[in-house]
Amino acid sequence: MNTQDIKYSAPIGDEIAYTTCYMCACRCGIKVHLKNGQLRFIEGNRHHPVNRGVLCAKGSAGIMNVLSPARLRAPLKRVGPRGAGEFVEISWDEALQTATSRLAAIRADDPNRLAFYTGRDQSQSLTGHFARMFGTINFASHGGFCSVNMAAAGLYSLGGSFWEFGEPDWDHAKLFLLFGVAEDHDSNPIKIGLAKLKKRQAKIISINPIRTGYSAIADEFVAITPGTDGLFVLALIHCLLKSGSIDTEFLVRYTNAHHLVVNEPGKSTHGLFARDAAGQPMAYDRSACRTVPGHRIGIDPALVGEYILEDGTHVRPAFSILASRYLAPEYSPESVEARCGVAASDIRRIAAEISEIAFNQTVRLETPWIDTAGRRHEYMIGRPVAIHAMRGISAHSNGFHSCRAIHVLQMLLGAVDTPGSWRYKSPYPKPIPGGIAPAKSERNLDGSLTSPVLGFPTGPDDLLVDAAGEPLRLDRAFSWEAPLGIHGLMHMAIAEAYHAAPEKIDTLFLYMANMSWNSAMNPAEVMRMLTEHDGEGNYRIPYVIYADAFFSETVAYADLVLPDTTYLERYDAISLLDRPIGSAHGPADALRVPVLTPDRDVRPFQDVLIDIAGRLRLPQFTDGSGNTLYTSYADYIINHERAPGIGPLAGFRGPDGTAVGKAPPNPEQLRRYIENHGFWQHHLRETESYYKFANKTYLCGAVDMGLIDRADAIVLALYDETLQRFRLAAEGHGVQQPPERLRARLQKFMDPLPIWYKPLEEELNENEFPLHAITQRPMAMYHSWGSQNVWLRQILSENRLYIHRTLAAVHDLVDDDWVALSSPNGRLKCQVRVMDGVNSNTVWTWNSIGKRSGAWTLELDAPEAKRGFLLNHLISEYLQEDATGTKLSNSDPVTGQAAWFDLRVRLEKCTPEESDEIYPTFVPLKSPFKTKHPSILRHFSEREKK
Amino acid sequence: MTSLPHTRTPKKKLGLVIDLDTCVGCHACAVNCKEWNAGGFHAPLPDHDPYGGTPDGVWFNRVHSYELESKDLGCRTVNFPRSCLHCDNPACVTVCPTGASYKRADDGIVLINTDICIGCKLCSWACPYGAREFDEDAGVMKKCTLCIDRIYNEALPEEDRVPACVATCPSHARHFGDFNDPESQVSVLVSERGSMDLMEELGYRPVNKYLPPQRARIEINSFETTESTAEGACSPLLKLLDRLLSR
Repeated sequence: MNTQDIKYSAPIGDEIAYTTCYMCACRCGIKVHLKNGQLRFIEGNRHHPVNRGVLCAKGSAGIMNVLSPARLRAPLKRVGPRGAGEFVEISWDEALQTATSRLAAIRADDPNRLAFYTGRDQSQSLTGHFARMFGTINFASHGGFCSVNMAAAGLYSLGGSFWEFGEPDWDHAKLFLLFGVAEDHDSNPIKIGLAKLKKRQAKIISINPIRTGYSAIADEFVAITPGTDGLFVLALIHCLLKSGSIDTEFLVRYTNAHHLVVNEPGKSTHGLFARDAAGQPMAYDRSACRTVPGHRIGIDPALVGEYILEDGTHVRPAFSILASRYLAPEYSPESVEARCGVAASDIRRIAAEISEIAFNQTVRLETPWIDTAGRRHEYMIGRPVAIHAMRGISAHSNGFHSCRAIHVLQMLLGAVDTPGSWRYKSPYPKPIPGGIAPAKSERNLDGSLTSPVLGFPTGPDDLLVDAAGEPLRLDRAFSWEAPLGIHGLMHMAIAEAYHAAPEKIDTLFLYMANMSWNSAMNPAEVMRMLTEHDGEGNYRIPYVIYADAFFSETVAYADLVLPDTTYLERYDAISLLDRPIGSAHGPADALRVPVLTPDRDVRPFQDVLIDIAGRLRLPQFTDGSGNTLYTSYADYIINHERAPGIGPLAGFRGPDGTAVGKAPPNPEQLRRYIENHGFWQHHLRETESYYKFANKTYLCGAVDMGLIDRADAIVLALYDETLQRFRLAAEGHGVQQPPERLRARLQKFMDPLPIWYKPLEEELNENEFPLHAITQRPMAMYHSWGSQNVWLRQILSENRLYIHRTLAAVHDLVDDDWVALSSPNGRLKCQVRVMDGVNSNTVWTWNSIGKRSGAWTLELDAPEAKRGFLLNHLISEYLQEDATGTKLSNSDPVTGQAAWFDLRVRLEKCTPEESDEIYPTFVPLKSPFKTKHPSILRHFSEREKK
Repeated sequence: MTSLPHTRTPKKKLGLVIDLDTCVGCHACAVNCKEWNAGGFHAPLPDHDPYGGTPDGVWFNRVHSYELESKDLGCRTVNFPRSCLHCDNPACVTVCPTGASYKRADDGIVLINTDICIGCKLCSWACPYGAREFDEDAGVMKKCTLCIDRIYNEALPEEDRVPACVATCPSHARHFGDFNDPESQVSVLVSERGSMDLMEELGYRPVNKYLPPQRARIEINSFETTESTAEGACSPLLKLLDRLLSR
């Protein structure tokens, strides 16, 4: 018998730190074990509200990102031509002085000549504040190429949105509809939730062209054609209306379904709500046979019919417009089946299943609650149909309306924040729309903008356009081309700066956004635009500052590189002002703390930004005498107040640390967070857990906590009056008028009820390019970060183009054959893999696996660069030129959301001579520092020997 | 050749239940296993050519994905995590010429004593599940230990004394316990869900069990589904809209 000596009870390490993960945007709590000051083990924090102890592949591989050879080591100054990767290391003093003098000159001249764009950071509240205090309107984070369709559709419809800002009621849902790829955000909460659904045998329907990830375990897979989700949903609505399977009680209580809409085509008020003298939308009370304020309780409001107001105005309830539209035969399952790629019988059956669960398998919680009218309800009724949607809806140019269609479906079912349905995560819901209008270039005496850069337009007057109706912002946000561009259009920034150069922009300041590679539409063009001269030896984009922790593809294109730390070497606030970790159960936020001290000359970007703000003497970062108010980001997290009592972290506030939400700063706040293992959460009581849009107890509590300003009912917008205001302008009403070339487009797309239209690119070229091409998110990778990670890259280091078996047969293709894909914007070569679980007219690949040769310090034979490829090379920021010679942005016409998934391609088999290597390839990038990789990495063994 | 324990019914029979109905194929188990074991009993788990053309390391747990079609399930993608099954009748042990591979009498865990392993690889040839991992750098065989340095580790809080793959699994598709205890969660799952033995016909009697994919269905009681649903006053919608409402 073997008698091996086994150390059963060796401690994991000698030190434990609790912090917040940053291997993706999920913000899980982690417990980090250190041994002799070095990382030994990272596991999920069992008590953390996000992940409850579990941790994904990325989080579990955090050690290898922190030890990545691609970490930048010191500030860099470009010495060769831009793009050549020739840098010298400089001191932080020199780097900060260089940045400051450049920015100071811009600020003194025209602050808008600074374009400041940040990527996947979690400090947009700080960066946005910096931009506002600097005084530039050209700021945004990456939401414009990520989630803005979902954010805008949600915030303007429900006062809350999908993505990570809402969640299914995992404990009560009986039917879960999952639209599109959703693997890269809120990933652990969704996985935990799916397990709960599975345990109860709740049915999961995945509507996705591709069956990977969560779709793999769905009970039903609907291989929908990309970009037709909205139409599919409108067909479901058609069936539910036909069969009377809607919750009219919910509609009149909580939505604007009964509000009367002016029906006077041609008049300036057409399509707007008829309002009384007090400005309130009106309804028609069937019992009293007269119009009454729409919000009055006890009325019996009409949902259909035509009425005439005392002044002779013709009106009809919003719902009646909706019903007549979607009952039309064009939305019948038979009419949409071919386009959606879903059989009419399946659409009908799914509608029937929704109806069955919503109305025959209702959830009733015996929890009394009080509504905003002060009425007490003895129980809570739920329609246990939960929906989640993300990128699959968002990344299309019809995504805003598709997302609105889903929200309308939810409202018709009464499945918004009720037991078993989709629920708001705190701090949502917020009033509709969610805040004040975006800043124009109006500045205070101190140079700061008078309001936040990004905001919520409610009509043409809120747009940022010049006298000709053309965009004032660099990226066209809040212009007639993207009226609700509430997250900006980061994907347009470089191209627009290039085309306008140098009048518009002096310095492009980017943070954590790989804009010359996987975050770019058409990376080759971006590289050209960043390196092209104006003929006089100046770059067309004069100056580029880039902050990143790693040697990503974009580093080579910067003039000044500010090296950031890894996530275990920094403070961060996971803030209610930004992207918090609240759930349906209550508000929560978290802290990221430095677990390790950097062994390189790098600094946390947020510290650097606060340092620059101090040197620039920006208001609210310095006092009246120019003294800096904050020594560091940690100091800012504790002491900054956005409004009196409202700071980056909501927990442990007040002098003794017992206050929450709105209270003065607490100098010991960070220590209290650390003692509480890095997070704070507030548990809502059962009585305030549902119907939050009309739950008096909840809304009053939210006001007390500073989450919202007023406890009024949030009326869900079945009908979106805001859009109609833009449409009226397009029809010639009002002072603020769009350019002629955009009138017809605005009339079509600014529809107050959801519409479906072909994605814009498809409309232009569907015959020549017959296939859809999209990406999915590998669960073990987060954008480009995973390829530098020795463990994660062993899971996925090269991608293939996945195609359906029938398509493979047509083109005589087997696994690993080479194909050429072409689009109006370019051509690429790659290898294929054949599969069944994909829509037959769709090809796809994994996102961001392809790398530029040399980047991330990968060796030149790395599969990521040899066989990995990006679909980005086939996509452009612009649509083809129209009749007037202008190029519209390749974006959603309402929000400006980048239309990544609109891509149409043609596929051809490569000849044997062409079947050699991927295309396009680029000159390998030169690392700005020396690297020597070990041939064998024996992690933990060398350390033991030491 | 190495003998199996004389007590053919060990006191405990520890192992895993892996639920193929719930596994989303996220690789969390594989990476957390790698992370734990890189510094654990079999440390290190080397990675060859870490940043080069053929990165290849030692992993005790790997996840594969397959597409399949069956009458009950229709078409489906199944994610299949693969690690040592700690067989009751492990050929990898009986084939070992030095006694380095052994099955423990107390808990049934199949383990390798790398001090006496000669790296002959007979065990990896004998294992039909591909569960053994050869450490070329050290010249010895390594494998899943069922996290022997976690499950008995008194330095850990009691709730953490489970294999790393089980603790970290986000979709709770992995369960750890004693199959000899009929009340244990793993035993209950096996009897409720009807578990599968991998390649049962080979007779190695794997201890780890896999739970099959399922398919939830909704029975529809009533829904008027056709386009010809009555129009006009007697349509279901108008009947609904006729009802008194109260805001």
